[in-house]
Amino acid sequence: MENFSRRDFLLRSGLASASLLMPRFLKAFQPANSNILPASNETLVVIQMSGGNDGLNTVIPYRNDDYYRLRPSLAIKQSDALSLNGELGFNPVMKAMKGLYDNGSMSIINNVGYPNPDRSHFRSMDIWQTASAADKYLQTGWIGRYLDNECAGCEGYSAIEADDTLSFAMKGLNRKGMAISDPKRLYQDSQRKILRDISADYMVAKHENNTLDYLYKTQAQTISSADYIYQKFNNYRSTTDYPQTEFGKNLKTISELIISGIDTRVYYVSIGSFDTHVGQKGRQEKLLQELSDGLGSFVKDLQQNNRFKDVLVMTFSEFGRRVKQNGSNGTDHGTANNMFLLGGSLSKPGIFNEAANLADLDEGDLKYHIDFRSIYATVLKRWLDANDAAVLGSQFDYVNVV
Amino acid sequence: MLSNQKKIQHLYSRAGFMLSPAEISAMAQMDIKEVVNKLFNDSHTSTDLQSAKTALRQDMKDMTEEEKKEFRKEQGKRVKALNIEWMNQMVSTKAVLREKMTLFWHGHFASRSIFAMLDMNLNNAMRQNALGKFSDMLTEVSKSPAMLLFLNNQQNRKKSPNENFAREVMELFTMGRGNYTEDDIKNAARAFTGWRFNLKGEFEYKEDQHDDGDKTFLGKTGNFNGDDILKMILEQPETANYITRKIYKYFVNETIDEDTCKMLADKFREDYDINRLMYIIFSSDWFYDEKNVGTHIKSPVELMVNLQRTISLQLADPMAPLYVQKILGQVLFFPPNVAGWPGCKDWIDSSSLMFRVSLPGFLFNNVTMEAKPKESPEDAEHKMMAADEQMPESEAPRKVGKLSVTADWDTYINAFSNIKNENLYDAISEYLIQTPSPQFKEDTLSKYVIKDTRESFIKTLTVALMSVPEYQMC
Repeated sequence: MENFSRRDFLLRSGLASASLLMPRFLKAFQPANSNILPASNETLVVIQMSGGNDGLNTVIPYRNDDYYRLRPSLAIKQSDALSLNGELGFNPVMKAMKGLYDNGSMSIINNVGYPNPDRSHFRSMDIWQTASAADKYLQTGWIGRYLDNECAGCEGYSAIEADDTLSFAMKGLNRKGMAISDPKRLYQDSQRKILRDISADYMVAKHENNTLDYLYKTQAQTISSADYIYQKFNNYRSTTDYPQTEFGKNLKTISELIISGIDTRVYYVSIGSFDTHVGQKGRQEKLLQELSDGLGSFVKDLQQNNRFKDVLVMTFSEFGRRVKQNGSNGTDHGTANNMFLLGGSLSKPGIFNEAANLADLDEGDLKYHIDFRSIYATVLKRWLDANDAAVLGSQFDYVNVV
Repeated sequence: MLSNQKKIQHLYSRAGFMLSPAEISAMAQMDIKEVVNKLFNDSHTSTDLQSAKTALRQDMKDMTEEEKKEFRKEQGKRVKALNIEWMNQMVSTKAVLREKMTLFWHGHFASRSIFAMLDMNLNNAMRQNALGKFSDMLTEVSKSPAMLLFLNNQQNRKKSPNENFAREVMELFTMGRGNYTEDDIKNAARAFTGWRFNLKGEFEYKEDQHDDGDKTFLGKTGNFNGDDILKMILEQPETANYITRKIYKYFVNETIDEDTCKMLADKFREDYDINRLMYIIFSSDWFYDEKNVGTHIKSPVELMVNLQRTISLQLADPMAPLYVQKILGQVLFFPPNVAGWPGCKDWIDSSSLMFRVSLPGFLFNNVTMEAKPKESPEDAEHKMMAADEQMPESEAPRKVGKLSVTADWDTYINAFSNIKNENLYDAISEYLIQTPSPQFKEDTLSKYVIKDTRESFIKTLTVALMSVPEYQMC
């Protein structure tokens, strides 16, 4: 770049942000019927605990002799566990979640899994994100299919992942969610003038190439979503303290989006990595505390704004861990696990079903009693008012949690 | 009718990678048939990847947890080195058809393993057979330790068969669903018992683990072994159909022309000669029909390799392509599952598209990209170890990208030296944009072009053209 300055280049090549507000032509991108989603404020927040969280040291069976026998140095002492019902207790770092449990804002579902469990991180995560059977491969994610099925004509921001890249779970065949870690940065990126000018050209062009059309539509939708979110986003700034971690920051962004009144049905956020083969205690507890404190702030924030009743939080991990600890104070990949639901409108808060039976294991691993797709089906049907069988490809039994 | 240059570009961007403007000028006088012959001639030789050439492993069973951790970390580094070695080979090789075919097979026979040498050996086997007989390819892949490990054939024993390998061979590698029964899978799994590999990473047939009873497979009964099953699978017309359709969608058009595909599949079934099939496709007039041009969304690897081939780039951080792969969702040797990358529209969502259209501008201006890739379990482990060892933050895997490059603009600009100023816009857009009717207007782009000098005009126009959605396609 000898002949002109870098600043010139950035300006002229449209890389710099232009401080224009939403140009009129973008209105044309707003779908004629943008309210195809059921008129409701109910919002789902999915929390992915990546790496395989050890459920047994999260919800501790502190009266179970097998637990102490199989985990001589890793078990949480009975006196340390935060008792929930005289049999199970939270890990001592989960004080905030204990508070949510005590005031009826939480359901704990034990023994969730699927038939023929896979112990590979990426395959099992693939199964949870696509909601496939263990021997099937799907090319779309379950939230993506929710968008495909329930959301014809809706906007990209109907499902938002607080991240820079989009998870498989959020990709449908024709519709995809948006990955946004910082609405302000998205807005700035979308302000590149060349982007907007090219999109304007497209509005008046002949549309002959389907795939190219898809690209232009995605670009236009990104720009209009960025504008919409940025304008709305200025409605609310949280004053609640969140943990100073990436997960805490992401939860704060999500609560600000919800409270700002963005018309988004599903949020997605990850925390990790829970893959604790070695020296589990310190690592897992750091993450569990981050989860618990983050959710404590998140719920407080929503409650102060009278929105908690409209929100359902669902946590999952790709698998639980082996019951018996390994030789390095850690645990190896396992199978069934617990899931948490949090919300202001739970139909059955508390401990939903019996804890895992540690005397009845399958080659050292927990047996599942509830298929995770039953939880998805219930949430889709009863919370998002969606046709769960269409989204999941078959009918799963509902569980009475929501 | 496409111009001869557009035909050459179509051929190379699909069958290989984008040519530099200088390479295109050099071919300007060649008839497209001659160009096709050159493409095939240049791919006669096969160059193996080298960077993971070490003994496979000690038996991990004998390792302590600490040793296992260290071992996994070392293997992780080697797979990354292998990834970069392959990227560099795609950027620099003459044998572009062979590399593109290898990339195709890499997605078709998708596998992952933590053992870098097994990954490398499978990749080299695919490259060697990329233009050979599909029957040889299928046998090589099926007997490769990487695939046997990935699809659990190590656990497939006479007394406790594991069906994973048998199922995927049929469902994803050959016939496709709906052409066999669950009983066929069970019987095929029994036939594959005893197919294993040893600690040196070599295939081994263990007779004492092989089930030598009668099996009934696709209507025939006999004491079949694994080779018999593969042979019977290849006799099925569905196999030729399935592979041909996948090749057609990848190299020609996502929307299948049924008559053409049937003609190709019938020919393919005669000898399973991949080279012959590809030659028929690329030398056919219909391959150059306008409906097949500019309809393919470049995969992240294609995008990066094409950028590097268009304007020769020196990357300050040799691992930079890995960052782009992670952000855009195609990390070599890490397919999302055994079905490979879905491709096409799946590459594009709002964040990946924003990154793609911004990438050239950021690249040529050395601007830091703020996007952070997701963390894989392997990365997470690496990061935790880094924290343990008090490694500097910069070595942690989840970081933003500063794609610092030195571009060889002189060579690029010189390639247009005999084009008059008033024809430059047409010449450069003819080169960079492959879609027949671009949706953007010249006037609009011109606003982003600096016309002070011929040089600045070429540079800024090039970056502007690379920033339109059309550039994502070829």
